[in-house]
Amino acid sequence: MAKIIMSRQDIRRTLARMAHEIVERNRSTESLVLIGMRTRGVPLAKRLAANIASFEKVEVPVGALDFSLYRDDLARLERQPMVKSTDVPVSIDGKTIVLVDDVLYTGRSTRAAMDALIDLGRPESIQLAVLIDRGHRELPIRSDYVGKNIPSSRHEDIRVRLEETDGADEVAIATRPSVEEVKP
Amino acid sequence: MRITPKDEVRPVAGAESQEQPPVWRHRHILDLDDFSAAEIGLVMETSDAMMEILSRPIKKVPTLRGKTIVTLFYEPSTRTRSSFEMAAKNLSADVVNLNAQVSSSVKGECLTDALATLEALGADMVIMRHPMSGAPYVAARRIEASMINAGDGWHAHPTQALLDLYTIRQHKTSLKGLKVVIVGDIKHSRVARSNIWGLTKMGADVTVCCPYTLLPFGLEDTRGIFPEVTVTPDIERALEGADVVMALRLQKERQQSGLLPSIREYARYYQLTEARLAEAKADAIVLHPGPVNEDIEIASGVAHGPQSVINRQVTNGVAVRMALLYLLSGSKRL
Repeated sequence: MAKIIMSRQDIRRTLARMAHEIVERNRSTESLVLIGMRTRGVPLAKRLAANIASFEKVEVPVGALDFSLYRDDLARLERQPMVKSTDVPVSIDGKTIVLVDDVLYTGRSTRAAMDALIDLGRPESIQLAVLIDRGHRELPIRSDYVGKNIPSSRHEDIRVRLEETDGADEVAIATRPSVEEVKP
Repeated sequence: MRITPKDEVRPVAGAESQEQPPVWRHRHILDLDDFSAAEIGLVMETSDAMMEILSRPIKKVPTLRGKTIVTLFYEPSTRTRSSFEMAAKNLSADVVNLNAQVSSSVKGECLTDALATLEALGADMVIMRHPMSGAPYVAARRIEASMINAGDGWHAHPTQALLDLYTIRQHKTSLKGLKVVIVGDIKHSRVARSNIWGLTKMGADVTVCCPYTLLPFGLEDTRGIFPEVTVTPDIERALEGADVVMALRLQKERQQSGLLPSIREYARYYQLTEARLAEAKADAIVLHPGPVNEDIEIASGVAHGPQSVINRQVTNGVAVRMALLYLLSGSKRL
């Protein structure tokens, strides 16, 4: 069973706030590039860019990054993740990159994404924006922009669904069934 | 947390929409006969991602760090071998090249002993070319490592076929319903055989064109293993309306047994010339697995002409082989 923790409206308001924070912190949008981490970071990056366009009247470039080939757990996974194309339309040299992801958890994806990004050039700086930060970091990584902090147990799943990838906007938290069974 | 009935019937949100790639069940790549269309599709899509890496200034990703890949070639090869080597290096694997023609096999070492040596060296994948059809199948049973067939006798050359499929898909979007004509020495061609498997699985309409003496077993009549393939010795008729023309190298070293009266006669009747290519569709593409015998199976004007994608095939080969090495590295024993 799952409990909805963010509705469609919540996600919309949160992304609007985050877009303002990104512009506020960087003072301008001039050297900004938003790069979504596949899969769900990509639509989130596009929505942040659309938000920025609505109040700053500037089109911030948006890219998509696939970091599968940089993962540190390839040998442990049950099956190989499907590799999709990385598509970054501009040179990232000297740019301020905002990496966008749906959930920040152990930080390992972020590490892989930063390595993938640095293979494409030398950005001025890299910032991290996540819709959900659920804690349990295993690496010294923090987010610069957080949609919502959700203290969670490792036995829980946080599921982000987005219109573009899943047909609906919502964030839900669920206890994993296998763990539930052993509960008294 | 209070559970309402509405919550109870609800599946874990998003669980059903988690992306599941098609299942990859191969530990070895021996031929395309045991590939499904979905698996070939997975190779194509993974190759797209690899093409993007090839377009970068630094063409290297760390995916296969610490893996050892051995190329073991009992037959000469430049492009296949260097293509595999580039692919492996782009994925950060360590590559050991063994030229078995001039090394231990000359000293009398047999294939199984050579494989035992490779295992002892710690090879994770072995890429083998061998003059005997079926040799990689024997080898795959003997070793823990993954085996990739880089050409065995007259039998199969699956990675060449996959890069041909990828090249066609790049130019024609979809393979389904395309008229693909394979012209040349089909009998001795492992490239043709693997391509026929791959093309028919992807729904292409395959026509094979050659003198009857160069037709292999399984294609002589409609009751063969490829009943859906059209066979004709008439090149003009074969090329009519073609979307893709694949010319094969005339294996001069294999023409001693009198299957052809002469190479000149073969060239006169079967060479892919500009005039014959005009029978195909105006946007037809021309493939050749290389190396090209210019003005024997293909006129040099066609090989270097605007419809030729021969050089694209070489570039694509590296991306497709990267995709295969990546996909194989997920098989459990590695």
